[in-house]
Amino acid sequence: MTARELLSALTRDRLGLVGLILFGIFALTAVFAPLIAPFDPMQMHFRPDGTLARLEPPSASHWLGTTRMGRDVFSQVVMGARPALLVGVLSAVCVVAVGTNVGIVAGYYGGWVDDLLMRLTDLAFGVPFLPFALILVALLGPGLRNMVIAIVLVMWRSSARVVRAQVLTLKRRAFVEAARIGGAGNLRILYRHLLPSVLPLALVYTALAMAWAIMAEANLSFLGYADPRMASWGKILYECYTSQAMFVAWWWMVPPGAAITLLVLSGFLVGRAYEEVANPRLRRR
Amino acid sequence: MRGFWRYLARRLAQAVVTLFLLASLIFLLFRLVPGDPVSMYVDVGMTQEARAMVLHQFGLDRPLGEQYLLYLSNLLRGNFGVSFQYGKPALQVVGERFWATVLLMAASLLIAFVLGVAGGAFLAWQRGTWLEALGTVVALVLRSAPVFWSGMILLSIFAFKLKWFPLGGIRATGLELHSQWEKFLSWDFLHHLFLPALTAGLYSLASPLLVMRTSMLDVIREDFIELARAKGLKEYQVVFRHAVRNSLLPVITVMAVMVGFAIGGVVLVETVFRWPGLGREIVMAVRARDYPVAQTCFILIGATVMLFNLLADLLYGYLDPRVVWD
Repeated sequence: MTARELLSALTRDRLGLVGLILFGIFALTAVFAPLIAPFDPMQMHFRPDGTLARLEPPSASHWLGTTRMGRDVFSQVVMGARPALLVGVLSAVCVVAVGTNVGIVAGYYGGWVDDLLMRLTDLAFGVPFLPFALILVALLGPGLRNMVIAIVLVMWRSSARVVRAQVLTLKRRAFVEAARIGGAGNLRILYRHLLPSVLPLALVYTALAMAWAIMAEANLSFLGYADPRMASWGKILYECYTSQAMFVAWWWMVPPGAAITLLVLSGFLVGRAYEEVANPRLRRR
Repeated sequence: MRGFWRYLARRLAQAVVTLFLLASLIFLLFRLVPGDPVSMYVDVGMTQEARAMVLHQFGLDRPLGEQYLLYLSNLLRGNFGVSFQYGKPALQVVGERFWATVLLMAASLLIAFVLGVAGGAFLAWQRGTWLEALGTVVALVLRSAPVFWSGMILLSIFAFKLKWFPLGGIRATGLELHSQWEKFLSWDFLHHLFLPALTAGLYSLASPLLVMRTSMLDVIREDFIELARAKGLKEYQVVFRHAVRNSLLPVITVMAVMVGFAIGGVVLVETVFRWPGLGREIVMAVRARDYPVAQTCFILIGATVMLFNLLADLLYGYLDPRVVWD
């Protein structure tokens, strides 16, 4: 399947198109964040009488009001697109790279290799993700890199299992046999013949993994392990919750959560549309 | 029936193996990470002798392999270490938290199941209308919304503004308890349980709802539905007696898969609602660097997931007469 076919399949599905547009908006926001944000997200603002502009409701100068420390919520939300997308895209690529490799190797070689890799996958499925990530990030120290490590260590499991199942049916097909008779080695069959066939499936899982990774970043940040150098949506909500201002300052609580929801939703929508491409049985439902 | 007991025994044996692996994983995690555990759990101002004493007390001065064996044999004897914060055995600290989490989890899964089945059946019935499209989007939005955030919003509306529910916790302060049972069997408990369970339930709603919808669409096309209609049954009898009942099985399957996902939601919900369960405890223990408690919570959270997985599988076997235990 070519890239153009994938794109056209995606734009045919209306919800998939909505997802793609949403993702595009967030991607542009992340790239141009410093140009869009009217203020430095950490800058404290003061009222004309010199007092700190605490918990100001939305106004012309602060579109989404201010936090308890007098910081501009809109600027924080705009800048928050960066860690979310960084963790989301980076983790998704690594998760699917690991999962796809485990899946095709296990499915193709079979035997003890398969047994070993699948028991490892079962173990990964037995790990409760959030508690594991929480402990790992707390031990390694907060930060985007350690979040990505925690996410990749567990999340590869679903793509590995699905890709393996796909390879098990593919490897009996004539084209694999033909390649082998043609003198292709194992590696060549794996990466030139099998990999392209499982790629559409891997793309479904990239979109879904991105959604889960962004959610994981938000969750860990909310628990207090955000990257200290960046304004992230989960961290904004952590500060809102711990300062006990959430009951009075809806403008502080609602926007970052809505941003997380829409970005995660875009991943699910794109994944769902791809899934119909990869699995035609699902179409016309 | 003999097959059933054999099946149950095999599942329990698998659970024990998985718990053993989780316990080993958490052991490795705490020790292979850069810096020795003591530097994290012990005051910086401590003298060398005091430090050595603490190391010795926790057996941390021995080789890694020996530590691991000691750790496993302690776990087998139910010794999960002593909490640094509370100075009590970790298992004692965590014991009651376990039940608080199990009950919250059970309530949230029940809400997700009931709403999912009803909503999914409704969407299948509304096939092709704008209501169906709306329902699908709402389900996906509920799964995409961070659960701690929906919890904060529900708290603001229903606890702070409307004052229908308490602001958090598991029981009213100053409540007199006449027995251990009353902790979990009282109006006060249900009153505290409702909002957190609803939050976690809505978060898990999408899978049962969407699966129920697809499953209903499949079942409606089957011959026995045609037959039921031909017998002259009323439309609601066809839907409820025949279609819904036979569509339930895939929903139960997906519930088993969902449990692992739902526990993450429960950890966050407990934190937002100050629900004294395993999730809130593990967050506090990790923050306080109380690693015996964090370790115990981690293993028990794994056990909770396995418990609910097993229950879902048993329920499936009970509902589907075609299942043969082996």
